[in-house]
Amino acid sequence: MNLTANVHGATLVITVHEPRIDAASAIQFKDRMRALSGDAPGRIVLDLGAVGFVDSSGLGAIVSVMKQLRNGQNLELAALTPNVDRVFRLTRMDTVFPIHERIEDAVDDHAD
Amino acid sequence: MRWTIMQTDTGAGRPLPAGPGIDRELRLAFPGTPLSVRRALETVMDGLADLSLGTVEAGGVELVLAEALNNVVEHAYAGSDPGPVQLCCRHEEDGLHVEIRDRGREMPDGHIPMADTAPHLPDEAEIAEGGFGWFIIRHLARDIAYRREADMNVLTFRVAVGLRMLRN
Repeated sequence: MNLTANVHGATLVITVHEPRIDAASAIQFKDRMRALSGDAPGRIVLDLGAVGFVDSSGLGAIVSVMKQLRNGQNLELAALTPNVDRVFRLTRMDTVFPIHERIEDAVDDHAD
Repeated sequence: MRWTIMQTDTGAGRPLPAGPGIDRELRLAFPGTPLSVRRALETVMDGLADLSLGTVEAGGVELVLAEALNNVVEHAYAGSDPGPVQLCCRHEEDGLHVEIRDRGREMPDGHIPMADTAPHLPDEAEIAEGGFGWFIIRHLARDIAYRREADMNVLTFRVAVGLRMLRN
């Protein structure tokens, strides 16, 4: 599971370099997210621009990562592709996560 | 439209010659593991390319197939060695007809979850366990039916996609 983390000001951007977060990769996704987000000071933005498919296991993994954040940390999502966007809307998870259309929007909003 | 029959060990495609009268049907057999499901989905979506589904239609088919097959892996074969899964997709005028067979545990009480109620969102504990599966299936599929045949689970449903193609 190839995930990378980059700091943009006060925001940690974690980019998923995989086409899918599914039942076969949900556990590795959770483990990598936990490892990369552990020391983040606060805001974490998950860049899903390369992910074309998320199933309910992948969705569950993203929710589970959110639930395990420490106090002061919060998880936002960016660059959802059409089918991933639909999964979040269908399950109303779009009301649980702040979602940014583009990763630039997510980072620019908080440039100061 | 080119359809093939495939029998696979891993879910990856190994086409067998299609016989007469079954040129609109796609069959796969593979072990009930997450990676085999992923490969089977890839094979099916390649096989459906000839239907020229749009991104949203194709995405819906892949998602509902994934949820139904993940349920077999995670529930029917839970706590046992992965057994065989058979998937059949057949395109007709009213959409894609899907049949999934496995030799795993029977559904609780012999029914699909949410069978008697409107689909409801799972609670928080269920979400983290992937509990959205049946909610998604109920939203994207029609004519969902489950039966037990000897030691086999048989789940059938229809996804209303690729309708225009046959009407034209």
